[in-house]
Amino acid sequence: MIVADKKPIEEIVEEIKDHERILILGCNECVTVCEAGGKKEVEILASALRMYFLNQGREKNIEELTLERQCDSEYVEEIRGVSDQYDALVSLACGVGVQFTAEHYPGLPIYPGVNTCFLGATEHRGLWTERCQACGQCILARTGGICPVSRCAKRIMNGPCGGSSNGKCEINPDLACAWQLIVDRLDSLGRLEEYETLSPVKDWSADRAGGPRKVEREDVQS
Amino acid sequence: MNLKTPSKLEQVFAAGHIAVTSECGPPRGSDPEAVTKKAEMIKDHVDAINITDNQTAMTRLCSLASCIHIKQMGLEPILQMVTRDRNRIAMQSDLLGAASFDIHNLLCLSGDHQSFGDCAQGQNVHDLDSMQLIQTARQMRDEGKFLGGDDIKRPPRMFVGAAANPFADPYEIRVPRLAKKVAAGAEYIQTQCIFNLEKFEQWMHDVRERGLHEKTCIMAGITPFKSAGMAKFMAKRVPGMDIPDALVKRMSDTPKDKQQAEGIKIAIESIQRLKECQGVKGFHIMAIEWEEKVPEICEAAGMHPRPENAG
Repeated sequence: MIVADKKPIEEIVEEIKDHERILILGCNECVTVCEAGGKKEVEILASALRMYFLNQGREKNIEELTLERQCDSEYVEEIRGVSDQYDALVSLACGVGVQFTAEHYPGLPIYPGVNTCFLGATEHRGLWTERCQACGQCILARTGGICPVSRCAKRIMNGPCGGSSNGKCEINPDLACAWQLIVDRLDSLGRLEEYETLSPVKDWSADRAGGPRKVEREDVQS
Repeated sequence: MNLKTPSKLEQVFAAGHIAVTSECGPPRGSDPEAVTKKAEMIKDHVDAINITDNQTAMTRLCSLASCIHIKQMGLEPILQMVTRDRNRIAMQSDLLGAASFDIHNLLCLSGDHQSFGDCAQGQNVHDLDSMQLIQTARQMRDEGKFLGGDDIKRPPRMFVGAAANPFADPYEIRVPRLAKKVAAGAEYIQTQCIFNLEKFEQWMHDVRERGLHEKTCIMAGITPFKSAGMAKFMAKRVPGMDIPDALVKRMSDTPKDKQQAEGIKIAIESIQRLKECQGVKGFHIMAIEWEEKVPEICEAAGMHPRPENAG
C-alpha cells in the first residue's frame, strides 16, 4: 500500500488559516490502514483544528467526510453536490488522491494533510516500512524476492557495499542491509551460487527518470 | 610484455614488482597546491597516486581536476570515481575527459552515503553501481564503444581497478564478491585498511583457492595510526573496519609522545608480514592527512627505490 504520515498540525493551520468553510476529506484505502488519513484521523484533525481556531477567537466551519477512495472519479464525484459549500479542502489521501480530487474541482483550493512516504507494508501496528519504489521493471526474480532498489540506501544492483556490518546498513544501525537479506535468502533457497551472476546495467527509463508514466490497457477499456 | 594500457601501474605489475600506491585527498577549496604539495611529498616513493572523489561525501575539489594537476607534475594519477554523484552520461564523459589528459588509471567505487557528508539532504544517483562502472570502463576501452553502443573516437586507455573490503559482512560472500568484480573486469584491487592480519590472510587463502589472485592484482591497504585515539575511533565508529583489540591496546599502552612512531611501526610490520602472503602484489598506503610519513614507511618496509623503468 501507499504509506503516508500525518503532517504537523501547525503546517495545516498555516495552509488554511485564511479560509472559513473547510472540508477535511479522508480516504478509506491505504491511508486508513496506515492510520494517517482515514475516518478516525479526519475526526481527530477536524476537532483539533476547531479547538485551535476557537482558542484564537476565530470560529471556522470545519466539516468531515471520508470517501471510499480519492483516486477514482466515481468516489471523488460524491462531493459534487456539496463542494460549493466550502472555500477550502484538506485531503488526507495520498498525493494521488489530493491531486485527483483537485483535478475534479478546479475552483476549490485543496491542501495536503499528510506526507506521502512510500510503498510499504505493515510490520506491526504503528510500524510501516518501505518495500517498493515502483521502478517499473521488477527485478525481484533475480534478488531472492528482496528489492535492492527500495531497500538498499545506494540502490546498488551488485551489493553489498563495504558499509554492511552485522547485517545492518552503515547509515542507520536499525536498518537491515538489503544485500545481507538477499544473500541470506538465496542461501536458504539453496541458490547462493546465483549471487555471482552480475546484474546488468538497469534500464531506468521505466522509473521516474523516463518522465511521468502511464499504464494503458486497451483490453480492459470500455 | 602484453600491456593493455600505457598505465605505469600496469607496467609495474607486469614486470613482477611489488607495486606501491598512496592517495591524496583534494581540499575543500580551490587551491591546487593542497593537492600538489601532498603529491610532492610522496611522488618518489609510489608508482601511482589515488585522488579521492568527494570522500566521506564532503564536497571537495573534484578528483578529475586534481588528477590533471598531478599529471602535469609528471606523476601517475589514479582517478577515483564514485557512482553516487553522476549518472552514466556524466561518468562516461568524465572518463573521456580524463583520457584526454592521458590519465590512465581508474578506481571504481560506490562512494560513502551522502548522509555522512555536508549535503545530507542531497540526492544520490547510483544510476550504475561500482561493478557496472567497471564494466562500462572496460567496454569503452576494449570495445571502443559507449554504453549506448556507439563507437568512441580515441577510446580511453585506462587500467581499471576496484576496491574490496575483506572485513565487511556477510563474510561468506566476500570472496564471491571479489570474483564478481574480477568478472566485471577489475584488473587491480585496493583493499580496505588491513589491521586484522589473520582475517586478511584467511581471505587471501580463499581468494587463492578460487585462483582470483592470478586474475587481478591485489594491493593490500595499509593505514598507520596517528594516535591511540584514532585507533579507538576507527575500531568503534568506522563501518566495515576490523581492528583487533590487541592492536588498540598496543597503541593505548604506548606513551602519547611515542604513539606516532608506534603507529608507523605497526604499519611497517604489517607490510613486511603481508609481503610474504602469496597473491599480494602491492600495497596501497592510506596515510590520511599524514602523507609526509609515506616515504618513511615505504623505505623501512623495503619498498624503495621504485622501479625506474618498469618495462
